[in-house]
Amino acid sequence: MATAALVAGGTQRKAKVRLGPLVERILGYVVLALVVVWVVANVVADPDRFLGSALVGLQNGMLYALVALGYTMVYGIIELINFAHGDLFMLATIVAASLLVSVLGVGNLTATSILPLLLALVVCMAFGALVNMGSEFFAYRKLRSAPKLAPLMTAVGLSFVFRGIAQQDYINGSAQKNWPVVWGGPAIEGVFVYKLLMVLAVTLPLLIGMTYIVSRTKMGKAMRAVAQDQDGARLMGINVNGTISFTFGLGGALAGAAGVLYFLCQTQTYYDTGTQLGLIAFTAAVLGGIGNLTGAVVGGLAIGFIQALNEGGAYGLGSNWSQSVVFLILIVLMVFKPEGIFGRPTTEKV
Amino acid sequence: MAITAASGTSSSRATFDRFKWPVGYVVVILFLFFLYHSILPSLVRSVSAPVIAWLPVATINECLMWAILALGLNVVVGYAGLLDLGYVAYWALGGYTAGWLMAFPFNWEWDFHLFSPVKVTLPGTHINFWLVCIAAGVLCALLGIIIGAPTLRLRGDYLALVTLGFGEVITQFFRNSNNIAGANVANGDPGISSIDPAGTGPLGAAGIAPKLLTNSAVGNVWKILVLGLLVGICIFVSLRIREGRLGRSWLAIREDELAASMMGVPLVRTKLLAYAVGAFFGGIGGVANASLITTAVSPSGFDFGKSVLVLLMVVLGGMGNVWGVTVGAFLLSWLNSNGLKQIGVQIDSWFGTDLQATLPRYNYIILGLLLVLMMLFRREGLIPESRTRALLKTPSRTEAESLGAESLEAEAETEAIENADPEEDAKIAASAAAMAGSGAPGLDAPRREEQ
Repeated sequence: MATAALVAGGTQRKAKVRLGPLVERILGYVVLALVVVWVVANVVADPDRFLGSALVGLQNGMLYALVALGYTMVYGIIELINFAHGDLFMLATIVAASLLVSVLGVGNLTATSILPLLLALVVCMAFGALVNMGSEFFAYRKLRSAPKLAPLMTAVGLSFVFRGIAQQDYINGSAQKNWPVVWGGPAIEGVFVYKLLMVLAVTLPLLIGMTYIVSRTKMGKAMRAVAQDQDGARLMGINVNGTISFTFGLGGALAGAAGVLYFLCQTQTYYDTGTQLGLIAFTAAVLGGIGNLTGAVVGGLAIGFIQALNEGGAYGLGSNWSQSVVFLILIVLMVFKPEGIFGRPTTEKV
Repeated sequence: MAITAASGTSSSRATFDRFKWPVGYVVVILFLFFLYHSILPSLVRSVSAPVIAWLPVATINECLMWAILALGLNVVVGYAGLLDLGYVAYWALGGYTAGWLMAFPFNWEWDFHLFSPVKVTLPGTHINFWLVCIAAGVLCALLGIIIGAPTLRLRGDYLALVTLGFGEVITQFFRNSNNIAGANVANGDPGISSIDPAGTGPLGAAGIAPKLLTNSAVGNVWKILVLGLLVGICIFVSLRIREGRLGRSWLAIREDELAASMMGVPLVRTKLLAYAVGAFFGGIGGVANASLITTAVSPSGFDFGKSVLVLLMVVLGGMGNVWGVTVGAFLLSWLNSNGLKQIGVQIDSWFGTDLQATLPRYNYIILGLLLVLMMLFRREGLIPESRTRALLKTPSRTEAESLGAESLEAEAETEAIENADPEEDAKIAASAAAMAGSGAPGLDAPRREEQ
């Protein structure tokens, strides 16, 4: 009797909810169609500006992808949104700036700047990896069995600390700091070709290397195993703490590299960069399906492209609204497709 | 006879308990008021100066204002367990409501006065402080529902992110508000300045209090009563709502959403109400801030840091515990506004250092570290709520636990595996066998019957 009533109630409820997904799907397609119409309208109205925006989008999108990978890897392995990741990236931009400009004296970027650039990359990647591994070791590790709210708030606290450090006058100060780095060379629609090339030359090998590490090496296998089941992995003889630490380090290193590139692209540092760009990157990670590496890259490119089109396209709201547009994407995505473009069924966690 | 007598005393005891905190609260606020109104001015300078240096009236007012916000966020985070990182949105909207309804005009022509204490000849819209409080509360509650609606199906961490996003969007909206499709909605970056102070009504007319509560020495003292009343209302609502059906639904959702929905708690309505109530408080806090503390609103004040500050107050004090949250708000807002500087002054006078100016600059780092340390060592806050303590202390269920093993046992086991040596291995094998043994009857019994 009791079970029968329960089942009846269950089916009734199911039938009542059924209409929701259909309406939702239709609305979702409408939103998607509107985005497509917007992009096409931009192409038709002003192809030159569209080209420029697309190049800017590619350039920024690659950076977002690097930062998004850090979010997505950490989320994949311990299901934590690392709020401090964006601020770690911001610290990396400051390290890069002080190293390149103050220590190495880079001003006009020429072919000889490649060596300092490589050095800065190495230093900043090491910096990012160390800071991220350090925060994992001192904070998140002790909270692994705690309720989810605890590590999340710890991450928020760490992000506060990083921002506070950057705000000190002897680090960067609370205002935007412009650095005398000058770009030259040919430009397409206002986009310096060398800048774009530099970004691509650094990010592509990093992304390929990342994919190699995660999919081909023993460590990558361990990462995937830990992401799937920590206890199971531990029983198979995998060093779970070491693997998680390595994942944090990898994410931090990518954020460090992104910091160098971002600084060189924008030639300025600001303590709030981390929050803004971190949120954008996180949106990118969610857009691609959080926990999915390819998704993070695709999401980063998509967000970079949409943002650039909004700022530089014929029909855009301008850079004043760029945060709002990105968040609008995030919110719409959360409502219609929380699992992202590369949905859960095909998601390979890490 | 004996029974009725006993119940009589217990009911009078209950009445006493019911009135215990309001009486205590009123006494504290009145004490603070008279301390600054009449006691301190009449004392010798050597006694009153340190008190005023460590706890100026303006700081007390700020503390009370932050307490309103912390109590509001406590409803969302502490009661309902929905992590909101964009709480500043409500504070901002409340402040701007005050800007729209009780200030000089920045873009409109009409003059409108409604029970406002300011001069009738002043141009612009001027509405009574208390009416604006209600209006801002309602407006913010609506915003809370709008923000809450799309986030309802999200789990904790996604929810935090989307609320954070909304917080940033609202701030950006106000930053760009001098040109929303060509219209000047809220004057953009400079914001709206010179917001009306609250009036004192009959007290002012009788000549006891100043007519307008401006940022003067006398006005600040009387503001303690106004803000104290607002905080008192918030505490009362928080406490009463928690005892009722709605409050218990929130706690149920916080502790186990699935179980709560199975017990018949309407998830959508309950969560939206949590947002609405929390936002209502936030709106009141916004008006109080704009009218009584800063007398101006501008977008630069409403940054992500403020959201985290309020969250920190809630976490530090003890999520879900009204008194803990109030204490947390007092402590942190005091540290933020005056405490750090004063500690610096004190250390300077002891050791001859120069920390007075530098210490307040480290407030972000100190607050962030505080949050991390709280999470690591005292997750339940200074004055924990008994339920929260249970919630934050228990580790999440592991698979071993669901098979019947104690979670601590499982943890000890995993640790042992990491530093494996033969003897330990044998022990682990034994305990694993024991575990399998304890889990086996339930799992294997039906199979055996089939055979």
